[in-house]
Amino acid sequence: MLEKVVKKREFILLVSLVSLIVIIGLRSPRFLSIGNFRDILDDTALLAMVAMGQFMVILIAGIDLSVGAGVALTGMSVALLHQYYPGIPIFVIVLLSILIGFLLGSFNGILVSLLRIPAIIVTLGTLGIYRGFVSLMSGGTWVSAHEMSDAFKNLPRGGFLGVSNLLFVAILCVIIFGVFLKYTRTGREIYAVGGNEIASQYVGINLKKIKYLVFMIAGSISGLAGLLWVARYASAQSDTAMGFELVVIAACVVGGVSFFGGSGTTLGVVLGVLFLGIINNALTQINISPFWQMGLQGLVILVAVIINTVMEKRTKELIIRRKNL
Amino acid sequence: MKSTEKMPIWRILMQWEAILFFMFVTMIVVDSKLSPYFLDLNNMLRTTFNFMEKAIIVLPMMFIIICGDIDISVAGIIALSSCFMGLASQHLGVGTPALISIGLLTGLSAGVLNGLIITKIGVPAIAVTLAGLFLFRGIAYVILGDMAVTTYPKSFAYLGQGYIGNTRIPFELVLFIILAIIFGIVLHKTTYGRKLFAIGNNSTAARFFGINVNRIRFLNFALIGLFSGLASVLLTSRIGSTRPNIATGWELEIITITVLGGVYIFGGAGNILGVVISIFMVGLARFGMGLINVPGVVMNIAMGFLLIIAILLPGSLRQLQSKILAKQQQR
Repeated sequence: MLEKVVKKREFILLVSLVSLIVIIGLRSPRFLSIGNFRDILDDTALLAMVAMGQFMVILIAGIDLSVGAGVALTGMSVALLHQYYPGIPIFVIVLLSILIGFLLGSFNGILVSLLRIPAIIVTLGTLGIYRGFVSLMSGGTWVSAHEMSDAFKNLPRGGFLGVSNLLFVAILCVIIFGVFLKYTRTGREIYAVGGNEIASQYVGINLKKIKYLVFMIAGSISGLAGLLWVARYASAQSDTAMGFELVVIAACVVGGVSFFGGSGTTLGVVLGVLFLGIINNALTQINISPFWQMGLQGLVILVAVIINTVMEKRTKELIIRRKNL
Repeated sequence: MKSTEKMPIWRILMQWEAILFFMFVTMIVVDSKLSPYFLDLNNMLRTTFNFMEKAIIVLPMMFIIICGDIDISVAGIIALSSCFMGLASQHLGVGTPALISIGLLTGLSAGVLNGLIITKIGVPAIAVTLAGLFLFRGIAYVILGDMAVTTYPKSFAYLGQGYIGNTRIPFELVLFIILAIIFGIVLHKTTYGRKLFAIGNNSTAARFFGINVNRIRFLNFALIGLFSGLASVLLTSRIGSTRPNIATGWELEIITITVLGGVYIFGGAGNILGVVISIFMVGLARFGMGLINVPGVVMNIAMGFLLIIAILLPGSLRQLQSKILAKQQQR
């Protein structure tokens, strides 16, 4: 009974996602083409990757406001590096992007875990710091398409069997995260810390390690996303991914991740990401002005958080009733 | 006995404010050394225009955060209020008093909506206001699209650009000072203020004490909505135009200033003095850096580090203090 209620959230999301697709498909059959779905998936791949990292951070009742700035800083660093040293092989650049993301995430993680500063403060601070360094490094200029080699620009675009590298990486990320969070010891420890921090310490979980780990991973994955971002849009600017952190958090919230920590599933987050992605894509398909995008996203988030809260309450009541029996 | 009891509490309360004030003075001294134009009173007064709208939202944000809540929809509310004022001015040609009422009412309604969903349904404030951030600005985008409204009556400009009488004192600055005094009194001298601290420290315990927790939280959100509307009136009047992307990203800056002022992000602590110093320190630092041609982004980096240090320093000072105390007791 209890399991059914918990499972219901993803079910509701899936049903509304499918009905959304059907409704849009009725108005514009082109929306349902395979090519269009590939577009939607490509457009949401970056969001899905970064959302996985954010998901983990929110699972331990934290929040990472610096991911957008992290994406921008990594993207700008590797773009500048590529511009001035075009000889560096692409795979080294890939590794470097992950390394830079790792350093940025580790900085957050050390401040949160070792120095015990609230995550929201640390990442609000590093949001300003990272974003500031993007402008300092670039001197306010852009790295634009003609300053990037074809190999660099084709990194996210190329692919095999009709699946782009970008989508492939995103799917790989989702699978790894899904397995990691559900089936590994560390993954379960992350849920435990979010569920009850004090209790998790009593059962011998290394709180500092877990807290550092989630920020480090969130940073590394934003780093990789940063490289793919600038390569995909073939430009690195100081306002790259501005405000992206809020879209990422919104995707997690729509996916049913609780801000109180300890609750949420990988599947839910993926559905949340797709929900926002489809809304963005569908508007242009059914001839609605793209200016509706932001408002509709807000509405979706609002409905999602209200449903989440009502369902959480119902689950709690159910637990209390069970105890009484 | 009394004095020994009072000392540590006074110390803990004053610590961050004292550090902040010290930094504020240092900044003024350094800036005035670097640029001869910094200490010019007229310049200083004029630069307050640039941060008074933010400052006015920082005041109710202080209440919200002390209560353990947060509101990240404030910039969205500014955009929505400004949008409705723009519509009324362009299509109905209404006068300044009507524009002000529209701005304030829009803000209040948005705040009331936030407050109702937070307190009646019990959704966490951060989730509701995250939705609000998208929703309110989203409505402004739906209505205005890529258009801008620039037709405002002449008298409307006074609010954001005017000075008091023949002096060089901006109207916005005076308005802020009056509001800051009122907020200070309410926070530190009334039961409402005490209730805010009680809720922020332990909302369950506060409820058992007979405090209507949800009513106060609701009032806070209505209040910050109203003040976002007020900030929108001032900002729209100052720049004389409305675009849907007005005040983008202000929410994080407003929260940063509040926390930098010593308000504890998880609630239960904070005071008006620190917040006011923080507002002027951040505002004048930006002004000073602008004078010596330091790009604004360096300021963002400095503010980021300052924010982290702001949390780190009082905590480690307290730890040091308790270590010294423990040593003394051992002897």
